[in-house]
Amino acid sequence: MNALRDTFLIFRRSLILTLRQPVWIIFGLMQPILYLVLFGPLLDSSVKAAGVGENAFNWFIPGLLIQTAVFGGAFVGFGLIAELRSGVVERMRVTPMSRIAMLLGRSLRDVVILVSQAIVMMVVAIPFGLQIDLAGCLVTLALLVLIGLAFAPLSYSAALVLKSEDALAPVVNGIALPLLLLSGILLPLALAPDWLKFLSTLNPLTHAADAARALFNGDWANPEIAIGAVIMGALAAFAVWLASRAFGRAVS
Amino acid sequence: MTAPARLGATMIATRDLAKTFKTRGGAVEAVRGVDLRVGAGEIFGFLGPNGAGKTTTLRMLATLIPPTAGEATVAGVDLRKEPQEVRRRIGYVPQGGSTDPAETGRGELVLQGRLYGMSKADAQARASEVLEALDLVAAADRGTGTYSGGMRRRLDVGLGIVHLPAVLFLDEPTTGLDPQARARMWDEIKALRERGTTVFLTTHYLEEADALCDRLAIIDHGRIVAEGTSDELKQAVSGDVVTIGVNGTGARVLGLVEPLPFVREASHDDEAATVRLYVDRGEEAVPLLLRMLDAAGFAPTSIALHKPSLDDVFLRQTGRSLREEPAA
Repeated sequence: MNALRDTFLIFRRSLILTLRQPVWIIFGLMQPILYLVLFGPLLDSSVKAAGVGENAFNWFIPGLLIQTAVFGGAFVGFGLIAELRSGVVERMRVTPMSRIAMLLGRSLRDVVILVSQAIVMMVVAIPFGLQIDLAGCLVTLALLVLIGLAFAPLSYSAALVLKSEDALAPVVNGIALPLLLLSGILLPLALAPDWLKFLSTLNPLTHAADAARALFNGDWANPEIAIGAVIMGALAAFAVWLASRAFGRAVS
Repeated sequence: MTAPARLGATMIATRDLAKTFKTRGGAVEAVRGVDLRVGAGEIFGFLGPNGAGKTTTLRMLATLIPPTAGEATVAGVDLRKEPQEVRRRIGYVPQGGSTDPAETGRGELVLQGRLYGMSKADAQARASEVLEALDLVAAADRGTGTYSGGMRRRLDVGLGIVHLPAVLFLDEPTTGLDPQARARMWDEIKALRERGTTVFLTTHYLEEADALCDRLAIIDHGRIVAEGTSDELKQAVSGDVVTIGVNGTGARVLGLVEPLPFVREASHDDEAATVRLYVDRGEEAVPLLLRMLDAAGFAPTSIALHKPSLDDVFLRQTGRSLREEPAA
């Protein structure tokens, strides 16, 4: 099919161009590794005090993976603005190529990078005491794919509408930061006041983080796994629909 | 407008094509009802100052923005009903470039061919052909960020013709190029015509419109004010142009020469300190004018006679000169 073929063409081009400038991939990894090394060890007592687990890293790493996926996805719009400015997007719009492939090709590149970063982080965390349930890790990676397919298209949609880095930066930060703070990724929400707990249950990322933690502990009976996956799947479907429309629509 | 009787098959036709942009300040009518007919195999120029509606018209014809009103067929396909079919038949070279600085020229061309549905082998073969034709072989495997302005512009054109389109749209193809690169681009565009491609280009350079285009439309404030070959447009101005340097006495000189029987039209440009006359036979008018000015006690700082230029056509139609527009 045309859309599949075009998606692959755009995916390959985007990935090759990204790998030619690997500084951004390394930069994207640096922050979570710093959290892992300099913040993770502080968590041990909080995690035990909150009664959410025995192993601080098995509690912390799933959340950190989600944070990396959300931020990694949310910032891809900046790359698209550079492409808009260079005229590449407009050039592709004049070709008969599939409109959804313009989005999916780029988003798949983003997902591949996110998953690679996640694997590096898991490997780095093992010496710190992370215990890995292999099946759980693999399903967590699938969950990260959904998160990438939710946040990257949302970022592309915002970039296509705003068209400037100066306008995009506050929007991305203004949405991603409260979402992360309200998701209990850095500290257990078991310690939070009730109103904060309530707000966090409305946050899709809370459920993604809970799902990832259950998966890391091999707690397959936990209903949060299905809840997190369904919420992220729905968000990804909505984001892909929204962003492929934005790519198809003409820019003024 | 001139009858397009001698034109071959019609490649582009528009009727009342219009575009209104809604902005916070209200509606902006960028294009107000454009009727055009471009024949197969010609180089058609769209001449006008910046902001006249050239690029907006081009972007509508290239399927990038939907028209607010009107109709158009491009390469035999209805623009509004089948934009996807139009895309298969056209190439479009935007004004601001179209390449990624990290990608090689060859990489861009191969991808472009594949996005038009070519197989990998075909796209590679075609990319080599285009690189050869545009003299980019030596730079083919370098990132386009290392290209000179002229090379990058040639690659942009290459990307527009990878799939051998029937119609190629070029938006300001030589803006920002040095004279040598500009002459080179003109040669490339003429070579495209030799191969049967219809070229529709916008420009605000009079020389370019004059030297390169088979036919022209002049657009101002979203409306076409004149259309025809360069010669036809100039002949329509009728007669010759005499420019008299007046140095402060312009209004009085104008009052003196305007009623003369052989002066068809006269205008006074205070800033340039000139009086401009359209006369029937310039070579006879100049000595008469000189004698008369002398008798009336005026000493003109200069007097010049020339055949009408496209700028005179523009001036006549709009009351303004294209040369006053700062180059973009």
